[in-house]
Amino acid sequence: MNNPRSIEMAVGAFVAAGLAALFVLAMQVSNITAFQRTEGYTVVGYFQNVGGLRERAPVRLSGVQIGRVSAIRLDQQRLEARVEVTIDAAYDDLPSDTAASIRTSGLLGEQYVSLEPGGMPDALGQGDEFMLTQSALVLEDIVGQFLYEQSGGGGSD
Amino acid sequence: MTAWLQTLGASTLASLATLGRSVQFLVRVAGGLDELARRPSLLVQQMHAVGVLTLVIIMVSGVFVGMVLALQGYYTLVDFGAEQSLGVLVALSLTRELGPVVTALLFAGRAGSSLTAEIGLMKATEQLAGMEMMAVDPERRVIAPRLLAALLSLPLLAAIFTLLGILGAYLVGTAMLGIDGGSFWSQMQAQVSFADDILNGMIKSVLFGLVAGWIAVFNGYDCMPTSHGVSRATTRTVVMTSLVVLGLDFVLTALMFD
Repeated sequence: MNNPRSIEMAVGAFVAAGLAALFVLAMQVSNITAFQRTEGYTVVGYFQNVGGLRERAPVRLSGVQIGRVSAIRLDQQRLEARVEVTIDAAYDDLPSDTAASIRTSGLLGEQYVSLEPGGMPDALGQGDEFMLTQSALVLEDIVGQFLYEQSGGGGSD
Repeated sequence: MTAWLQTLGASTLASLATLGRSVQFLVRVAGGLDELARRPSLLVQQMHAVGVLTLVIIMVSGVFVGMVLALQGYYTLVDFGAEQSLGVLVALSLTRELGPVVTALLFAGRAGSSLTAEIGLMKATEQLAGMEMMAVDPERRVIAPRLLAALLSLPLLAAIFTLLGILGAYLVGTAMLGIDGGSFWSQMQAQVSFADDILNGMIKSVLFGLVAGWIAVFNGYDCMPTSHGVSRATTRTVVMTSLVVLGLDFVLTALMFD
């Protein structure tokens, strides 16, 4: 065997390399920064149907990501989905009548919340609500509606 | 017919007895871990034998597994125009499955077999009995540091394997296949979650470390003290570790990911 000093050195280097690899995996491979709660303010939106939207889905305005979905729950009173969105504190001047809709990126991609800015002078703040929301498009509903209209609209429901 | 039944019963009873002995053995060894707090140098020596000396094969295998994954994944993904997702494919395969499992298999071949052979030879040459004569508990002095070293080394080795695999895939993807490096990393970061993927992979490799170390030291400790017995025990270590790791991996995957 080598002398104990060099063995200790080698083991120390091994442990350090292993921990460093884990650290790099955490920082470079996974989104551990996005895993933490983002600095920003929370805005609430009520949707008839959130489709396949999930927590931590991106929130985009003009295609630029400005926040994340922080919570999705069912509101018992309104019987609608209550979606909480955390918007980066850097974007603190969105008009208060900004509209939110749930869109799909690409034909089969993930769902995200898309914001359409309005024209009001005052800004959205912590705890505000999106006044206009548009639910996710559910393919079955669209096909059903199409068939219903094709058959003449009337008749039995 | 009765003879056949008797053989079946005898072998079942024998394997159950072995299983029972191994669990008792593990409990005794775990009770002897406090010795290591007084003598950390024992652990350091075994970390060297089990971890540092396994590093080269782990690193080389990691790079090559990553590069092959990148090539094969690219050929499939390019048909769907999704070759930018190569990073996601490689990172998820490595962090969730291949990192822990392949590391454990290589570990069984490189470190587990040598642990078994070493302990088995100590038994065959009556070094373990000699220790007991000198009132030194071989389970505390010989077994416990080896088991703990395996348990600690395997997650570290798996992390290194996974990282080098991803770097290998990055190298092949950008230099050979012409994938954009930026979208390789950004898509990976968007899809790989630390808590779900990396942490679960680490939990797997800790459990694999326990299983691999346990099987290796138990087979050495329990072997017939002859040259034939040591050679059989070494083979059994590699075979059993591989099978148990693969089976356990299926169970863990079913529990962890939905």
